Amino acid sequence: MLQGHQTWIFPSRPTIIATATVVGPHEAEGPLAEDFDLVHGDLWLGQDSYEKAEKKMLEEACEVAIRKAGLQKQDIQFFLAGDLLSQIISSSFAARTMAVPFLGLYGACSTAMESLALGALIVDSNSGNNVICGAVSHNAAAEKQYRYPTEYGSQKPPTAQWTVTGAGVALLSSGGSGPRVTSATIGRVVDMGLSDPFNMGGAMAPAAADTITAHFRDLGLTHREYDLIATGDLGRVGHKIAADLLQKHDLEIPADKFTDCGILIYREDQPAVLAGGSGCGCAATVTYGHIFNRMKKRELKRVLIVATGALLSPLSYQQKESIPCIAHAVSIEFSQKE
Amino acid sequence: MEMYFWAFVVGGLICVIGQILMDVGKYTPAHTISILVVMGAVLSGLELYEPLIDFAGAGATVPITSFGNALVKGALSEAERTGLVGILTGIFEVTSAGISSAIIFAFIASLLFKPKG
Repeated sequence: MLQGHQTWIFPSRPTIIATATVVGPHEAEGPLAEDFDLVHGDLWLGQDSYEKAEKKMLEEACEVAIRKAGLQKQDIQFFLAGDLLSQIISSSFAARTMAVPFLGLYGACSTAMESLALGALIVDSNSGNNVICGAVSHNAAAEKQYRYPTEYGSQKPPTAQWTVTGAGVALLSSGGSGPRVTSATIGRVVDMGLSDPFNMGGAMAPAAADTITAHFRDLGLTHREYDLIATGDLGRVGHKIAADLLQKHDLEIPADKFTDCGILIYREDQPAVLAGGSGCGCAATVTYGHIFNRMKKRELKRVLIVATGALLSPLSYQQKESIPCIAHAVSIEFSQKE
Repeated sequence: MEMYFWAFVVGGLICVIGQILMDVGKYTPAHTISILVVMGAVLSGLELYEPLIDFAGAGATVPITSFGNALVKGALSEAERTGLVGILTGIFEVTSAGISSAIIFAFIASLLFKPKG
């Protein structure tokens, strides 16, 4: 049900009955290692290409989520997923294995919440009972596609971010118990003219601020209704900019409840991660792993996840186009009685 | 001993130029390398690179600018012997060992190793 300009509210409050997260070695060295379901010590996952490894992570995440929910593959009506590779091959190829009706999504790193918002819409409109929503990214596959082959050893400025190797999925259902999806705000594409792909956080920050502002405006809420507001992958540089922008709009969110998945996933002193994590898998693994665990421990009741995406392509960057960005916000609630 | 000092200073300065091109000029690593090669070639054409090597030794021969110098030197010396066509046939004469070994060793390495990401 549409409320305001761009926000859906879901009266039936679709339930996330299970989540699953699979990550690689760098994420396992970070502070959230305990929150993930499967941790791989090898970037290759025993595959012969990084692209295959990325696909495998998404397949594993789907398997674990279905198993945790006590369901079978045939109980899933729809599979909504996306990734960062050209033609979203990791998602399509994982969907081939799943053999479940599939909608492939591309929202760059915002895909985790794009898929969750659409999945909730499907369940809320009685168009499906069990829907898997997810996103995946792989550091080396993304580096190869978007930047330079890592063997090239090219230098990066401190504003650059480290693509998360990880897959995160949520199994949405019309029944069952678990955190519930209450509303979603679909973001506009915002382009402030930045064109530096090594400062993606800075480029995406205005989109995050725009979507958060729209969410509060459409629903007549303030940050007080939320215990945690987490942006997807702005990193240390972009998150600060987003906080400043919100402050300018008189929507200042206290620092203790405004965080970023890209900051949470790695230690500050972890080598090479620079400004923090990024990628489709960043918001997906941190939300479905870490933040959900905190909700289940009753530390958090209502959270707003604002997954941010930079909608550039390697070609648009080479042709010196600026970076259009987007952010989708999904509100998730886990109350005492559920 | 003095030569070591100047090798350090000159080699370091060439790298500083490269770093400034990347950080301030926002050039990609490939652009930066190409610019340094062209700089070496121009200095060679002006007959300034050989004196720099005499002065700073490895400080001038190790950085990629030396590759530009070698390209021009090869072309000019072959041109002296065989005329204008020598510019074309001589350009990779001095550098062919470097280029060929880069290709061959990269090939061997790619057969033996798998990148770690």
